[in-house]
Amino acid sequence: MSAKRGTVTSPAWRVVHFGAISAFVLFAAFPFFWMVISAFKQTLDLMNPNNNPFVFNLPPTMVQVKMLFEGTEYTKWLWNTAWVGILVVIITLLLAVPLGYGLARLSGKTGERLGIMIFLTYLVPPTILFIPLSRVISYLGLTDSLWSLVVVYPSFTVPFCAWLLMGFFKVIPPDIEEAAMIDGLSRFGAFVRVVLPVSIAGLLTTIIFSFTLVTQEFVYALTFISSSSKFTVSVGVPTFLVRGDVYFWGSMMAACFIASFPIAVLYNFFVDRFIAGFTVGAVK
Amino acid sequence: MATVTVRQLEKRFGDVHAVDGIDLSIQEGEFLVLLGPSGCGKTTLLRMIAGLERQTRGDILIGGQVVNDLPPRARKIAMVFQSYALYPHMSVYDNIAFPLKAQGVEKRSIPERVERAAAMFGIERFLKRKPRELSGGERQRVALARAVVREPSLFLLDEPLSNLDAKLRTLARDELKQFQRRIGTTTIYVTHDQIEAMGLGDRIVVMSGGKVRQVGSPQEVYDEPEDTFVAGFLGSPPMNLLRGDNCTVGFRPERFLPLLAHESQEGLVPLWFRIDRVEDLGSARLLYGSLHDTFPNEKVIVSVPFTVHMDFTPGEVYEFAVKEKEIKFFDKETGRRTEPRPFWVRR
Amino acid sequence: MKPAASPPTDPARRAGSGGALADNEKWLGRVMMAPAILYIAALVGLPLLLALYYSVSNVTVGSAGWPSYVGLSNFRHAFGNPTFIRAVWNTIFFAVVSMAIVMVLGTILALSLLKDFRGKWFVRLLILLPWVAPISLGTIGWLWMFDSVYSVINWTAQYFGIFGKRTWPVWLGQPTLAMASVITVQVWRLLPLATVILLGGLSSIPKDIQEAALVDGASVLRRYVQITEPLMRPIALVALLFGLIFSFTDMIVIYVLTRGGPFDTTQVLATLAFFTGIDGGDLGGGAAIALFLLPVLAACVILILRFARKTEVT
Repeated sequence: MSAKRGTVTSPAWRVVHFGAISAFVLFAAFPFFWMVISAFKQTLDLMNPNNNPFVFNLPPTMVQVKMLFEGTEYTKWLWNTAWVGILVVIITLLLAVPLGYGLARLSGKTGERLGIMIFLTYLVPPTILFIPLSRVISYLGLTDSLWSLVVVYPSFTVPFCAWLLMGFFKVIPPDIEEAAMIDGLSRFGAFVRVVLPVSIAGLLTTIIFSFTLVTQEFVYALTFISSSSKFTVSVGVPTFLVRGDVYFWGSMMAACFIASFPIAVLYNFFVDRFIAGFTVGAVK
Repeated sequence: MATVTVRQLEKRFGDVHAVDGIDLSIQEGEFLVLLGPSGCGKTTLLRMIAGLERQTRGDILIGGQVVNDLPPRARKIAMVFQSYALYPHMSVYDNIAFPLKAQGVEKRSIPERVERAAAMFGIERFLKRKPRELSGGERQRVALARAVVREPSLFLLDEPLSNLDAKLRTLARDELKQFQRRIGTTTIYVTHDQIEAMGLGDRIVVMSGGKVRQVGSPQEVYDEPEDTFVAGFLGSPPMNLLRGDNCTVGFRPERFLPLLAHESQEGLVPLWFRIDRVEDLGSARLLYGSLHDTFPNEKVIVSVPFTVHMDFTPGEVYEFAVKEKEIKFFDKETGRRTEPRPFWVRR
Repeated sequence: MKPAASPPTDPARRAGSGGALADNEKWLGRVMMAPAILYIAALVGLPLLLALYYSVSNVTVGSAGWPSYVGLSNFRHAFGNPTFIRAVWNTIFFAVVSMAIVMVLGTILALSLLKDFRGKWFVRLLILLPWVAPISLGTIGWLWMFDSVYSVINWTAQYFGIFGKRTWPVWLGQPTLAMASVITVQVWRLLPLATVILLGGLSSIPKDIQEAALVDGASVLRRYVQITEPLMRPIALVALLFGLIFSFTDMIVIYVLTRGGPFDTTQVLATLAFFTGIDGGDLGGGAAIALFLLPVLAACVILILRFARKTEVT
């Protein structure tokens, strides 16, 4: 806060600052760095405790990555994740967009309270719900089917996205909706033809969040799915890349990195909106 | 074009009477201004006429037809908002074309009508731009073009000039008046700015507390205020209101002049004016003081035009005068106009 | 312009009977909100009620039909089970210690990120990685780092002489170390969220307040204690409460790293509920265990609500 505000920063303070930042970066990013190195090492190199882990003692290899794509169902899991993700995104948009708009514009004071209640349902953890839901899923005949995830995942994407969208809709000036109504549209028509086109950024955020929340989910997939070909990435890798006691570390690290890094980077662009969703009301 | 009639109109928000029983009728082609301080209900009244707000009680008639249950789009109105409410994601062309498309006007006629409306306000060169690329004045013209394009029978304007800077506002006011004269569409205009109201309105409706205080031509409301609220709201500085024993006495600051500055001495009421402070505004001088022997405890402001060449020294007492018919009398309790009552001491 | 030419279609009529709903604000709102609210009620509200019922019933994975009421026997059973008692304490220890560390580190990190410096966006990206990457996958990275035979942590510590030649801790195999390990990973994972929330709070403190203090001659420490910290307190509480909810109820880190072991020393309520209810097939027992998370959750939620209301007033 000092440099920008015109006060002098002492060199010692700068060293401390640099040191602190470096330590935190190392802590946060090292596991991912380690994933990349491990993925390209030969198993013999990886498993020798006397080798320096940070250099390639034997030449790098693509064997582990190849094994992942050819010898496991990894591609299937990626595909499953994408499939569930896309369907959940569609359901989330269909449910959360009208809900968010209703809360923001069509329900007055009640809407505010209702909005908080809906956000709170996002906080009810899967660990309380997965047991009864497993019965509901088996009752619906969806056990061991990806459809079970498609049905259940909106239960946490919808509340959070509706809450975010409510924020987006609230800052759109009501004037332009009223102008549209005077210009010849119905209340609903004004929403579809004026509000939605103006809220592209909010809709995009909703899409990214629902998708990343799906890729992160673990407990429900672990509970509802049992056959290996139906797993999503986040459960398939920790569950099925372990054969008995044998861990295929190289392939596992490749699997983790390939699945998490692109999502992480994508998510990163929207994370500020996510945080804003959490802190609405607390920062003013 | 249409007449507008409002009968016993009421709007309650919870316990608040935003609009409290208003009767009003607006002639065809008339330019009516709703004037009042913020919170007086003028915007709520306009929004009810537009159909954006549902009245709690009462009727609204446009062109003789009861529109109580009609949504805004079916009332054949156009509205210009204070913020202009341009659609930010559309070009100027699409903004102006929007009402036509929304109402399903025949496609082929749209470009021509948009261009005609744009030409009316001299914004043909901006048609491809987005609203955010325009200045405040240009946006206001786009909003007006969008309002006229589908030839509404009633124009509603909600403080359309208040986001412009002072210089532009005077110009835009003049253009607006000329434009309304030309197309002759019935217009209701909401403002809290009395200069706009006086300059634009065929008639002014002065409102306060959800009620109509007075309806009349600019001259009527200015010269013959019906109560102390109207008297005190209009004019800058407003009418001097002096509370006497049996009534409140009012006169305009610019009608109270040095005795010798009056053209004719007939029907004048001379009074002793004690000056406390002088403010020179260039075009006029404002004198702050009190009526020495009649209302020694009430502040009086006098506006003396620059054409009066007299020196005023603070602390001195001068002989001023006002025409007898310029003095207005108000009831002490209700604030309503009353018959003239003697209050002054003739020398 | 000429008086209004009659439009080709009367818009009011064009809207037809559907127009009534499309214009009625109250009903339109209800109709638009209903599907989502019903969905949430069916998939959050109903399961929550079912969880309450299961906890007092003898439901199992295989059982068909409506499970019968068994009173508090699931709870009695849970309290008679030393593993359960252990899991309660582990849960509290795990959540509280993780969040204590997260809040301290998060504050330091947020303060050091407040200043602008070159490459800040990249530093931010790296620091956010643990939060934005799928948790289970990031945790596998740690599983490999903690591996008993080839731990890169041990190698590095020995190389720099931090550990003696004979010291080779088995991170996930020794009770104390296992708890320390899962807490480390939980901190790793929640630190970005807490930091970004705290950073938001820090940047929202009006500059003139800080500058006024500076002009008044307050020292760095004094400015922090007397100005920054009190103004940060509401937002810090939000970060803390969300973090607590995540730590109390989450099972991913522990499930992937230790599965509750060794000897249940890292067993928490969430994992125990999973092993009892899903792996063990005793849904009622699992539901009863999971329900013990509810009071904590409710307390956090009430605090959040009270805060939401308080900030609304100011």
